[in-house]
Amino acid sequence: MRRVGEVILDVRNISVQFGGVKALSDISFDVREHEIRAIIGPNGAGKSSMLNCINGVYQPSEGAITFRGQTFRHMNSRQVAQMGVARTFQNLALFKGMSVLDNIMTGRNLHMRRNLLWQALRWGPAEREEIAQREKVERIIDFLEIQAYRKTPVGRLPYGLQKRVDLGRALAMEPQVLLLDEPMAGMNVEEKQDMCRFILDVNEEFGTTIVLIEHDMGVVMDISDRVVVLDYGRKIGDGAPDEVRANPDVIRAYLGTQH
Amino acid sequence: MAFFIETLIGGLMAGMLYSLIALGFVLIYKASGVFNFAQGAMVLFAALAMARFAEWIPQWVPALANPIVANVLAFALALGVMVLVAIAVEKLALSRLVNQEGITLLMATLGFTYFLDGLGQTLFGNDIYKIDVGMPKDPVIVAESLFQGGILISKEDLYSALIATVLVALLALFFQKTATGRALRAVADDHQAAQSIGIPLSTIWIIVWSVAGFVALVAGVIWGSKLGVQFSLSLVALKALPVVILGGLTSIPGAIVGGLVIGVGEKLSEIYIGPMLGGGIEIWFAYVLALLFLLVRPQGLFGEKIIDRV
Repeated sequence: MRRVGEVILDVRNISVQFGGVKALSDISFDVREHEIRAIIGPNGAGKSSMLNCINGVYQPSEGAITFRGQTFRHMNSRQVAQMGVARTFQNLALFKGMSVLDNIMTGRNLHMRRNLLWQALRWGPAEREEIAQREKVERIIDFLEIQAYRKTPVGRLPYGLQKRVDLGRALAMEPQVLLLDEPMAGMNVEEKQDMCRFILDVNEEFGTTIVLIEHDMGVVMDISDRVVVLDYGRKIGDGAPDEVRANPDVIRAYLGTQH
Repeated sequence: MAFFIETLIGGLMAGMLYSLIALGFVLIYKASGVFNFAQGAMVLFAALAMARFAEWIPQWVPALANPIVANVLAFALALGVMVLVAIAVEKLALSRLVNQEGITLLMATLGFTYFLDGLGQTLFGNDIYKIDVGMPKDPVIVAESLFQGGILISKEDLYSALIATVLVALLALFFQKTATGRALRAVADDHQAAQSIGIPLSTIWIIVWSVAGFVALVAGVIWGSKLGVQFSLSLVALKALPVVILGGLTSIPGAIVGGLVIGVGEKLSEIYIGPMLGGGIEIWFAYVLALLFLLVRPQGLFGEKIIDRV
């Protein structure tokens, strides 16, 4: 069904500095349309910093990011969202006081044409729009198999399900590129398998390009098309899973130096 | 019995007005996670604007001397001023403090309090002004057939309580049932996540502070027509602190119930417990009640209990 296409996201010579600490130095890689691209690396390798650059949370000190032909360096998260990039968070950032349904509905915000003042009245066109958006959200809820928890405040759900809601909220944006920050961290084997299945399904059914961070090699190697490996803020490997697995630098980074 | 009911009704009506001010705190806290110390200053500022505009409009344009026209125009102008205040707060302070700790934002509102107090008195003067929106001052007596002498109700309090009730109901619906309300709650929970799904923080903040400004204006008009518009009006907001502690900072129903409990509690305690303690307990009763609540249920009656993953 899906076919990997042209380069959709191109990261060129990105460096990020926090005071004197270089979190990322001179990182370049590209992401093609419809592919699953993984960024892996040991703790502190700069994976999340990389994702935060693409997402507009961090401003890189050098380099630029090109998304669908548009190059940018200084963007905020909202502008990035408007361009069609959604993300999930490593440490859950759901709206805790709200129900599962409301959380996912917020993801439709950019697709609501009526402005906030109209919506405040909830009358006529705004009301019809709300119903139309609700239908889309219900489809996502079905897709993620969380129908039973629709009205439950997310704070009360077990961790694995909260991760699913986080994914649902990002999916509700109908993004072209989906950034997943350690979607399987802290999960048990069963939950990990579920999450893998959802990621593959999203990629196949909606054709969404996925950029995924994990530090667990095993899972990533199974589902990704290409893998970037970071260590201490540098890129030490890039290619298909098998190539990366055979790369001596990568082996050293994960297993320590051989004496 | 009639006396008890009279006290109860009086308490409920006073409580509704406390709720109205507490609502200002809750709105801003829900949407920006800021405990807005400046709410009292906003009430005073709005009331000053209203009182002075109502006075100035007939002077500027004698054709508008009709008190109803002048009051409506003054209300609209004052509302416009509060929206400008909201925009200024967002542009000058909040937009620079995105993702900062709550305590940083609290300090910002503290500074904002002094600024607004000063600005209000510079622009609008620092005398005692009155707001006359035609609130009836005479009391009515009801239920004469049930009780000897009937029950005395202040019409002014009754109308104020009705206005407050309608306003509170509308705001609760707005928050729970509309897409804008949902976006507001989302921003309150997590700035970063809200931005990542494309919710415009600045617009949301301007809306919230404008709504809080509107609530402050209504509270200012009601309290101002009762007590006169003067500096001490900003202290009325202190009455709302025990209300939000009791009801929970994150809950609109909490603000209402909290307000009613405090209003009734104050009046009843003054009459039934007061004599044992030498009277005058109405002034501090609310605070002691809030203190007890903090010991037992720090999140308030309806507040969300925060459980952090460790």
